Amino acid sequence: MGVRKSDIVLLDDKGIRCDGRKIDEPRNIMIKAGVLKNANGSAYIEFGENKILAGVFGPRDVHPKHLANTDRGILRCRYHMQPFSVSERKNPAPSRREIEISKVIKEALEPAVMLENFPRTVVDVFIEILQADGGSRCAALDAAAVALADAGIPMRDMVSACAAGKVADTIVLDINNEEDQEGQADMPVAYMPNLEKVTLLQLDGVLTQAEYKKCVETAINGCKIVYEVQKKALKDKFFGDSPQ
Amino acid sequence: MNTSIIDDLKKKKILALLKDGQRIDGRALDETRPLTVDTGVIPKAEGSARVRLGDTEVVCGVKIQPDKPFPDLGDRGIFICTAEILPLADPNVEPGPPNEEVIELARVVDRGIRESSMIDLTKLVLTKDKSVIGIFVDNSVTDYDGNLFDACSYASVASILSCKVPKWEIKNDAPSLVPDSASAPPVTTIPVSVTMGKIADTIIVDPNADEWKCMEGRITITTNSAGNICAIQKGGEDGFTFDQLIKCSELSISTGAKIREILKQVPGGNRC
Repeated sequence: MGVRKSDIVLLDDKGIRCDGRKIDEPRNIMIKAGVLKNANGSAYIEFGENKILAGVFGPRDVHPKHLANTDRGILRCRYHMQPFSVSERKNPAPSRREIEISKVIKEALEPAVMLENFPRTVVDVFIEILQADGGSRCAALDAAAVALADAGIPMRDMVSACAAGKVADTIVLDINNEEDQEGQADMPVAYMPNLEKVTLLQLDGVLTQAEYKKCVETAINGCKIVYEVQKKALKDKFFGDSPQ
Repeated sequence: MNTSIIDDLKKKKILALLKDGQRIDGRALDETRPLTVDTGVIPKAEGSARVRLGDTEVVCGVKIQPDKPFPDLGDRGIFICTAEILPLADPNVEPGPPNEEVIELARVVDRGIRESSMIDLTKLVLTKDKSVIGIFVDNSVTDYDGNLFDACSYASVASILSCKVPKWEIKNDAPSLVPDSASAPPVTTIPVSVTMGKIADTIIVDPNADEWKCMEGRITITTNSAGNICAIQKGGEDGFTFDQLIKCSELSISTGAKIREILKQVPGGNRC
């Protein structure tokens, strides 16, 4: 939680937000696949001010062994923030917030990963937040999904994530840190763009049912924008520079 | 969680019944289990409740005491809600630090109440930036039969509605208790969480433990007294389609309204 400023203008009369974006415009997104040598798959994402590294290991032997599943593989996920990633130093031990986010990210990726192909093994996803901005769980998911694909792990679909929210009584795409703190609602969404399924959905803040519907639609449109960036990252890695 | 042969057989039965729109305990798809709420069960706590949702049982207590405010929130009181599953609630629960499921449970219950602004925290300030009143809501699951999210949420809400906030005055820069002048808490709305499970693309409300084991996905939606949505948590291994999400929001509003009528019956519940 940062310092609450009350003089900030979240949405001006021309429909421009505090960082100069339009209401349906995401922040700048850059993803690079295959950035680590030792991990089986990896990705680096810059999503607004977020800077996040994701590495994937496996399928490999499960330790401790009792966690292994005889009919399918398991997915493990660790979302971890660096102490220097936020304005005030964060204790490096995993917080309850990080444990919850690790769990929802794992459950958002699980529907896409064909774990039934790898009984008795584990796929580990490690996510390190180097610098945090609003919407870090969505950005982390975007990087983790690209890292899974980069590792060559069979997937049913990509998982793309983007938040929407309510700011100055308006539904906007991809809310930033200021909008998260000052705004009225924050809804992170993860989506499988081809299977058309929402795999992560959370909400903080009050919405009417009509706003809820609009907010989910807005976030899904954001996920589709992110999906194109994820595809480009993988094409760049495997086929050199992609056309465009 | 490990599955036994019994679990596999039950799952087959649950799936077969759902094909005909039936549930293993005979409920309709959008029907919750019977909810009973007893408040004031722990007299030493400022507020308390024992809630039974089917065979899931939760005991909740509210403790209220002066505290220092969070550094960046000096103009607000403190609200903290926790949840834990006691080892006597289920043979699979072991004592020890909370696992990720229990942490998620506590955070989802806390979020539903916090984001609804049920308690007007600005009314709990003794001296700005220095001294505020803290409301601590602790849930303990004493018997497990699925859907702890809703059982803990109802127990917390009932405890808060029925609690009494003691009065403190600042004397010599320290809060001092004024005896016999406790009052009702500054409550603005009654948040109600409704958890739904998805089994073979069928949405069921308030899954019991057997259904919980077969669910592919779940979603918890909290609504306030105005029928607006104030918190959501999706969980489980599978995703939801857009149409399913809309259906879940409708179910959460209609089911939430019914549950809210039950919660309004507790002492202090008819104020909002």
